[in-house]
Amino acid sequence: MEELDGEPTVTLIPGVNSKKNQMYFDWGPGEMLVCETSFNKKEKSEMVPSCPFIYIIRKDVDVYSQILRKLFNESHGIFLGLQRIDEELTGKSRKSQLVRVSKNYRSVIRACMEEMHQVAIAAKDPANGRQFSSQVSILSAMELIWNLCEILFIEVAPAGPLLLHLLDWVRLHVCEVDSLSADVLGSENPSKHDSFWNLVTILVLQGRLDEARQMLSKEADASPASAGICRIMGDLMRTMPILSPGNTQTLTELELKWQHWHEECERYLQDSTFATSPHLESLLKIMLGDEAALLEQKELLSNWYHFLVTRLLYSNPTVKPIDLHYYAQSSLDLFLGGESSPEPLDNILLAAFEFDIHQVIKECSIALSNWWFVAHLTDLLDHCKLLQSHNLYFGSNMREFLLLEYASGLFAHPSLWQLGVDYFDYCPELGRVSLELHIERIPLNTEQKALKVLRICEQRQMTEQVRSICKILAMKAVRNNRLGSALSWSIRAKDAAFATLVSDRFLRDYCERGCFSDLDLIDNLGPAMMLSDRLTFLGKYREFHRMYGEKRFADAASLLLSLMTSRIAPRSFWMTLLTDALPLLEQKQVIFSAEQTYELMRCLEDLTSRRPVHGESDTEQLQDDDIETTKVEMLRLSLARNLARAIIREGSLEGS
Amino acid sequence: MEEIYAKFVSQKISKTRWRPLPPGSLQTAETFATGSWDNEENYISLWSIGDFGNLDSDGGFEGDHQLLCDIRHHGDVMDLQTLSVNQQWTTAHYHTGPGSPSYSSAPCTGVVCNNPEIVTVGEDGRINLFRADHKEAVRTIDNADSSTLHAVTFLRTPEILTVNSIGQLKIWDFRQQGNEPSQILSLTGDRVPLHCVDRHPNQQHVVATGGQDGMLSIWDVRQGTMPVSLLKAHEAEMWEVHFHPSNPEHLFTCSEDGSLWHWDASTDVPEKSSLFHQGGRSSTFLSHSISNQANVHQSVISSWLSTDPAKDRIEITSLLPSRSLSVNTLDVLGPCLVCGTDAEAIYVTRHLFS
Repeated sequence: MEELDGEPTVTLIPGVNSKKNQMYFDWGPGEMLVCETSFNKKEKSEMVPSCPFIYIIRKDVDVYSQILRKLFNESHGIFLGLQRIDEELTGKSRKSQLVRVSKNYRSVIRACMEEMHQVAIAAKDPANGRQFSSQVSILSAMELIWNLCEILFIEVAPAGPLLLHLLDWVRLHVCEVDSLSADVLGSENPSKHDSFWNLVTILVLQGRLDEARQMLSKEADASPASAGICRIMGDLMRTMPILSPGNTQTLTELELKWQHWHEECERYLQDSTFATSPHLESLLKIMLGDEAALLEQKELLSNWYHFLVTRLLYSNPTVKPIDLHYYAQSSLDLFLGGESSPEPLDNILLAAFEFDIHQVIKECSIALSNWWFVAHLTDLLDHCKLLQSHNLYFGSNMREFLLLEYASGLFAHPSLWQLGVDYFDYCPELGRVSLELHIERIPLNTEQKALKVLRICEQRQMTEQVRSICKILAMKAVRNNRLGSALSWSIRAKDAAFATLVSDRFLRDYCERGCFSDLDLIDNLGPAMMLSDRLTFLGKYREFHRMYGEKRFADAASLLLSLMTSRIAPRSFWMTLLTDALPLLEQKQVIFSAEQTYELMRCLEDLTSRRPVHGESDTEQLQDDDIETTKVEMLRLSLARNLARAIIREGSLEGS
Repeated sequence: MEEIYAKFVSQKISKTRWRPLPPGSLQTAETFATGSWDNEENYISLWSIGDFGNLDSDGGFEGDHQLLCDIRHHGDVMDLQTLSVNQQWTTAHYHTGPGSPSYSSAPCTGVVCNNPEIVTVGEDGRINLFRADHKEAVRTIDNADSSTLHAVTFLRTPEILTVNSIGQLKIWDFRQQGNEPSQILSLTGDRVPLHCVDRHPNQQHVVATGGQDGMLSIWDVRQGTMPVSLLKAHEAEMWEVHFHPSNPEHLFTCSEDGSLWHWDASTDVPEKSSLFHQGGRSSTFLSHSISNQANVHQSVISSWLSTDPAKDRIEITSLLPSRSLSVNTLDVLGPCLVCGTDAEAIYVTRHLFS
């Protein structure tokens, strides 16, 4: 950062005595944490800071405004529509689409303004009402700037239509006319109303000559003495050449006609035709574009850009866009007259008239507290291909920088983060990375929210994030003893390691309790079984139990054997498996064939030979060992007996 | 779809329900409730689309819905039902009980009412049965499911049906003691979590469910454990499925992918078949549809249960004008439909079947 544009503002935090104790702060993504420490600069430090609170400081409060939320949501929809505009469209159709988008944005701003205005009027607390009113004026300023940018940069009106657009712009934003007009017309005798001439003047200032003429005809009816000059004035007004939208005149034709008309007006002034009525005389001077006359009407004009447009209307209606800024600067100077200095809004409008887009955006960023306006406006201007790729220090261009800032601000809000996701999508360089970082930090209180976040990640192939979120949820589920949920989360993340963990839990539960919990889950694993070896083992083991229950001993036996020989059974479980084989071995009929019995014996030997040698063992260990040895001996006995029977059986059957 | 009113309401809508009308009433629905989620302070709001004295030129009601009143709600609103009640059951769902030191509450994901009984299910796999006049739960089935129960609906009193996040439908009978479901249905193959369930208003054995992959399944709980038909529908989770209460040939689904679909399975118009085939096969079509019905009255055999969804025409229309963020919820009553989205908008239409 090269320069500091202004002095930073000081914000006092209630309850914290910064003169006495030091403050501690830490930055967050959109906020700052502040608290008081117990370090004292001058005196001895106390044990406990006097202020026990930690404060969260946010600069951007707009995000929390109920009414502005509608702005964010609606503009999000418009933003998405803009991104999806067909890139193939060029020329006029594209321009008209972009203008339509711009008008949509503006109508959203106006709707917000309207609503906030209603709330401001209805507010019971005057402080609240004032706050809302100031919001309304900020929104109004935003719309003003946007409208001007639309005329100059998006519509790119050429000389001629340019003035018409500027006139519309002014008429839209200086709207006391309507209330005044209603006032005056509503009275019994309009032409005798106090504000009658004010109304006529302002109608002329705004170029609404037809309406002004109607007013004058009322005056003519009321006082026949001035009927003549009113008629002349009315004729002048009627004959003023103006470029109408459907008109096919060329600019030079218009200029010529306008010159004629101007000279006619001059002549009337020279002849002092309107000397009897000072009002009409000043109207004539206004229509001649006399600056002094215009400046007399400062109050009615109310701002310099109105002065500028009126001046252009009556002195240079075919002004070219590139000449605008001369007039703008001089209008501003004349209007302010050295009494006051330009406000931020004035500077922004001046920059716009000078076609300096970067300056406009820079000034707006400083003046406004929320990135909404600059982000959307820059994005729209970028679509008009007006911004050169102005590379900033960290590699991304201005549009992307602003969108990233805006979206990050949205993520700091508990609810609006979903909008932020789409904005990150359309930042080609840093969007994805930012999204990855932000989305992992969204707090997940309910499963439904987690599902939405996961869907967002999966749609963008962010497998790392999917895995980490699923792991967090699965861990929570395991801690709460919801093993089925844990399993379904690990299946979603295709996380074999976690599936193994869950299966181990199941097996441990089985060892402790002797029966399976959650049979509905294990019985119906389906193809998810293949996710991890341990899971497959669990499923198959349960199948073994089912087969045993259904007395399909031969199938059960071969399944059991395959579980051991295929090595998917964890070593710790082999003893249990062999013990399960005991009842099968002890059945009246021979179930295990000789081959199978050899396999079993091999497994048993494997297991016992690898048993670690115990050093010093206490009585408990000895007892365990005793049980173990007994088991092994029983097994050996059963296996031997089974082997004997199997050999005999196989030997005695014919040819089997 | 003409005349669908949208209004942005500054809160993400998680559930919306029409206020039920007395049966046999000729009025159209006027009031609906919405619940929000994901805010620091969530609200349940009542909205009205009734007459405020402005009728447009056709004599119909115009304008969008107006807020009547709202009330703060602790936590996200997960489900809404209407009943007259003056009680709160605060620790209905929990992972570790209120007595233990590591007490943690669990989200309650679904609630369904059948005056005066209320059944709730939650992420803790627990089913609670409350009565409007009792302080404690009348019956609790602990650990009914090892995974999260997402939704519940009444089949017949006293039977309920729940769907869970490993893709199973379980039927529970409250007359039986014990904590086992009386029946389990599921789709073999991928265990796709099921998020919503709705029962056919007239035929209590026909149930529709929506899953995480956006698939709509129709089940007949009397027969077998497999669904009768699987229809590939949305591209993302289907959040709600509803049969129309008075025209059950119509089904509505809404999804995370931002769309709301209207499924029209009414097959009583033979001309409809002409849209779907060419010339010479018309006779086969008619004969197929006739032979498929035991008698002329459609209501006896539900068209949802016909075994060949490809041949029997289901017309699907998307009701929302443009894709937005997820449509979380919808409700239908008579000719009126309301839905709420994550883009903080509520859409209402009063002319569903025009």
